[in-house]
Formats: sequence, structure tokens, C-alpha cells
Amino acid sequence: MNIKFYIPVIIFIIMLPIFIVGLSRDKSELPSPLIGKSVPEFTLPSLLDPAELINQSSLKDKFILLNVWATWCVGCREEHDFLVELSKLNILPIIGLNWRDDRDNALTWLNELGNPYALTIEDKAGRTAINLGVYGAPESFLINPEGIIVYKHLGPLTTKIWENRFMPLMGQTR
Amino acid sequence: MKKLLIMLIILFCSSIVIAIDKGPVFGDPKLQARYENIISEVRCLVCQNQSIKSSNVFLAVDLRNEIKNLLSDGKSDNEIAEFLVDRYGEFVLYRPRFVGVNIILWLAPLFFLLIGAMIIFNIVKSKTQLTTDSLTGSD
Repeated sequence: MNIKFYIPVIIFIIMLPIFIVGLSRDKSELPSPLIGKSVPEFTLPSLLDPAELINQSSLKDKFILLNVWATWCVGCREEHDFLVELSKLNILPIIGLNWRDDRDNALTWLNELGNPYALTIEDKAGRTAINLGVYGAPESFLINPEGIIVYKHLGPLTTKIWENRFMPLMGQTR
Repeated sequence: MKKLLIMLIILFCSSIVIAIDKGPVFGDPKLQARYENIISEVRCLVCQNQSIKSSNVFLAVDLRNEIKNLLSDGKSDNEIAEFLVDRYGEFVLYRPRFVGVNIILWLAPLFFLLIGAMIIFNIVKSKTQLTTDSLTGSD
């Protein structure tokens, strides 16, 4: 049999894994180039007490979950109950970054639905969000005790995602 | 034909009207041209098939502002591209840069062109050999 007969077969075998990987990947979720890097510098007011200024050094010394949220974001409402539950477990402090929001709306939200955040940072101008590479709320960053971003999740958090993706990362470095 | 031409002209002019900033952002036309060039090359990540030039999602507005500030600070086009890639990844640029794995992307067409040329060369060569062989054979 002629070897030329096998050429298309070989090409097909080479292309197959490329297509499988390419088609099964979720294209809306992009890897963050910030993983492995320190939290970008910022100085922003606290949502609850605008006189209090917070900077990146507050996100250090222990594992922290930085959650980017807003009242205009549907996915944030969806994950809020989970965040409240998580905060009750006292595993790690959850810090909220209130992104491009109306302060009154944000305060009402926390009053009515419960406040899972140890601290909420108000990013009204959205510049810190840009430095964090945020493009769609909710986004959650896991920050290690050295202040380095170790994981980012795009979209609402669930118990399953928390246990499968976040928990293992906290065990390893401890 | 004339009607079609007029319609085409209107169509092309309309794209200028869609531009979102009201009037030029910079007084300096050179800076303005650079600004417009950059924002048309940056992908709006919320609405992935638009550039931040043609989107009014607030993230696009924020990114345009950020680019405006960087340009005013005298940053080069490359530095601005780097600023965006550092935060959002290579995907944010419509035109991949000629670095790292992207080099494969840029050189792949050339590679395939060469393979194609080689295949054609071989086919032509074998065909001409065949005809010359048969010619000498019949002689």
C-alpha cells in the first residue's frame, strides 16, 4: 500500500487533540496574568466608613478571599448566600471590592442580605479593578499570606468550586 | 449603480458617527491619532467581538480613560500594550505581539506556504519526469 494513503490519517491524528482541547475550553473565561503576582498597589476608602483608607498591605499575613462585587451584578446576588455561609465558617477573611457601584445601594444590599465581608473596599472609579484585570463581576481572588494572588475565579462562587479549586490551594502552602 | 455607490458612501460614513467619544480627546492631532489607533486595537472583554473604541460598556469607558491618562503621561504605544497585557493577558490585543509563543502564530502561515510549495514542486517534478520519460520511450 502506498504511504501517501496514510498522510491524511496522520494529519487527522495530529489535529484531533488540538481540536479537542480547543473546543472543550470555555472561551469566555480567560487565564489571569496576575496569578503569581502581588496584589497591585491601591489606596481606597472603606465602604462602611469612607474616612478609613485601605491599601494593599491590608490584604496580607493570612489567606484572603478578595471578592469583586456590585449591586448591578446578577451573578453577585447569586453567590451572596454562599459568601454569607462561608464567612460563618471562619476559614479566612473575605474582603469585598465594591466595583463601580452606588454607595447607598451597596449599603442597602449588605443590610438586607447580610454582610459576609470583614472589610469592603469602595472602588468607585474602577481603577483598582483595572489593575486587578477585572472584566466581569463577580470575580474572586485567593491571596496568600505573602500578598500574592494564587487563584482567580470568574463568575459566582459555589460550594463545589470552593472545595475543588480554592481549598486545595490553601492546604498546600500552609 | 449610482444609488449603490451613494449607499456605500453613507455606510462608510456611518462608522464615523458610531465613534463614542464626543469630539477629539486630545488637542494634539498626533496624540489623537495614536489614541484612536490604540483603542481600536484593544478588545472589549465584556463584549468580546468589539473593540473598546466601539463599546460603551463602562469597562470600555474606564479603559479608554486609562489609556488617555497613559498617553498624557507620555507613555509609548508599546508601554500601553504592556500595561494592558499585564492585567488582562495577550487576548486583550487584537493584533498579537511578536513575542514568546506568538512567534509560532506569526510564522505558521509562512511554514505552511513552504510546505505547500514543496508539495507542488514535487508533483510538478514527478509529472515532468513522467512526460519526458514517456516521450523518450516513444522515440
